[in-house]
Amino acid sequence: MKQLDALRQSMRRDRVFDFVHQRNLAQVDVTHGQLLYIEDLNVSFDGFKAINNLNFYLEVGELRCLIGPNGAGKTTVMDIITGKTRPDSGSVWFGQNINLLGLDEPAIARLGIGRKFQKPTVFENHTVFQNLELSMSGDKGVFSVYRAKLSDNDLDHIAHILGTIGLVAEQNKLAGTLSHGQKQWLEIGMLLIQEPKMLLVDEPVAGMTHGEMDRTAALLTSLAGEHTVVVVEHDMEFVRSIANKVTVLHQGSVLAEGTMDQIQENEKVREVYLGE
Amino acid sequence: MLKLLKNDLGGRVFLTILVLTTVFVPVANLLLPPDNPLYVSSYTVTLIGKYLCYAILALSLDLVWGYLGIMSLGHGAFFALGGYAMGMYLMRQIGDRGVYGNAELPDFMVFLNWDSLPWFWSGFDQLWFALLMVVLIPGLLAFVFGLLAFRSRVTGVYFSIITQALTYALMLAFFRNEMGFGGNNGLTDFKDILGFNIQAAETRVALFTASAVVLAAAYLACRSIVSSRLGVLSMAVRDAESRVRFLGYNVTNVKLAVFVFSAMLAGVAGALYVPQVGIINPSEFSPLKSIELVIWVAVGGRGTLYGAILGALAVSYSKTWLTGAFPEVWLFALGALFILVTIYLPKGVSGSIETLRKRR
Repeated sequence: MKQLDALRQSMRRDRVFDFVHQRNLAQVDVTHGQLLYIEDLNVSFDGFKAINNLNFYLEVGELRCLIGPNGAGKTTVMDIITGKTRPDSGSVWFGQNINLLGLDEPAIARLGIGRKFQKPTVFENHTVFQNLELSMSGDKGVFSVYRAKLSDNDLDHIAHILGTIGLVAEQNKLAGTLSHGQKQWLEIGMLLIQEPKMLLVDEPVAGMTHGEMDRTAALLTSLAGEHTVVVVEHDMEFVRSIANKVTVLHQGSVLAEGTMDQIQENEKVREVYLGE
Repeated sequence: MLKLLKNDLGGRVFLTILVLTTVFVPVANLLLPPDNPLYVSSYTVTLIGKYLCYAILALSLDLVWGYLGIMSLGHGAFFALGGYAMGMYLMRQIGDRGVYGNAELPDFMVFLNWDSLPWFWSGFDQLWFALLMVVLIPGLLAFVFGLLAFRSRVTGVYFSIITQALTYALMLAFFRNEMGFGGNNGLTDFKDILGFNIQAAETRVALFTASAVVLAAAYLACRSIVSSRLGVLSMAVRDAESRVRFLGYNVTNVKLAVFVFSAMLAGVAGALYVPQVGIINPSEFSPLKSIELVIWVAVGGRGTLYGAILGALAVSYSKTWLTGAFPEVWLFALGALFILVTIYLPKGVSGSIETLRKRR
């Protein structure tokens, strides 16, 4: 009788089936103010423990810097969040309701997790405009892409992003002809246009001039609040200029967390990272 | 249509020439007396028709190679499969006019002492069924093969080698008499198509015109793909596949869709080719044919569409001429062409034209 009742409930015409409901991944539940939960994470490559019982949380709208010596596991953490690497154990939740470990790379990207790689990878044979057009969110099935037309809304959106990243004048240039710094901004723009909930930015200022660095810092701080931003960076000067909260990784787990000043005061951090 | 060709000068020039040829050739063949200097013989009509089929084939390869970066060294297989489907229809049209006079079975089956038609020959007495198979069989093979390859992320030279193996394997299979496709000799001795004598001048002109119309339609279809966002996306896949994946696109589906479309187009080209040349045999599957196809596209220039057509026409014409005038030289010329183009015209003829135009 109980089962029959359950069956009846599941057939109710004013509801959708449960499995339909669960596929609705666009609705990330962040009512507790936390966007990302990483708990008891372990990854090893051929016996080398890249991530060791890592616990890491992110609040909605925060700008977090992730620092740590080489091999501390910064890039591996990003790989796991974006679905490139599978952990041996542990859990990774996006909001309270989405388990990232069950999803593949495109699905995670569609959820609103954008990643900027260390090396700028833009489509060099396409114009800046086309780079942004391709990155727009929307239906990405083959046939809808074939039928896709730019609406006025899309054009406004692209123009807005071009303004944010300061490449309005370059929009019809081939991306391959941009300077290194401009490519980095274009790539950030390609992430922004997807209206991501979370941005993972890997070494954004490597190889930039000081002027470019300042503009990047201004860009990233302007993004926080609306988006949650995680920045992996080696350049301490730069981290100090943007971060209010810093997480130090060491040998695959969190060594310290706090403001830049607190981090610099921290004995353990000084020992392993600042080399004093 | 005009919107499609707005930024495509090469395409406009090509389509204009194609339309003029399609009007001129039938008129010159059917209406002019043979002693008129402008008369075009039926042999020439069929020859041009054959080139047009090659052009469709080259177009299909350029779509996957030039725009998607997939170098298929086995595209001839799809062409041959389309050709076989058409050949089977034409075989069934022979009826009792074969050498053995058997109304039920094609000659080679009588020769092999078969007493009934194999199941996979059923339906091929209808043209609509054969035409359906012309696109379905190559499409299905491309789908299964592509799904396995693209899902496992087989790319670049590895993919090329597997496609080469695919066409070679098919060639060996079709060589066997037990396959039921005429073995070594293939399918030939066709009599008529839709009741019209296949040797008649009018039928040849009709086949030529059909090839020209299909070529024009195929060009526009390909142009509409490459000028849509899907085309932009394909080129992005070609240049930075993993980046595209991180944008949330399913690269496998993109590749698969374009690859299957391309294979179907190649099948159509084969189906138009067979009634004009009058034979289809396993040598169409030979890797050399597919490599020649790659050379057409390389010579003409990748990623412009009209370049592939230009390459197909130019190289096929020189092949016809050279194999007639100096048969021994052809393979050397082909090899030399490939080397010269790779060194001096890496973007092919059309690519070099575009570069010159931009510089101006």
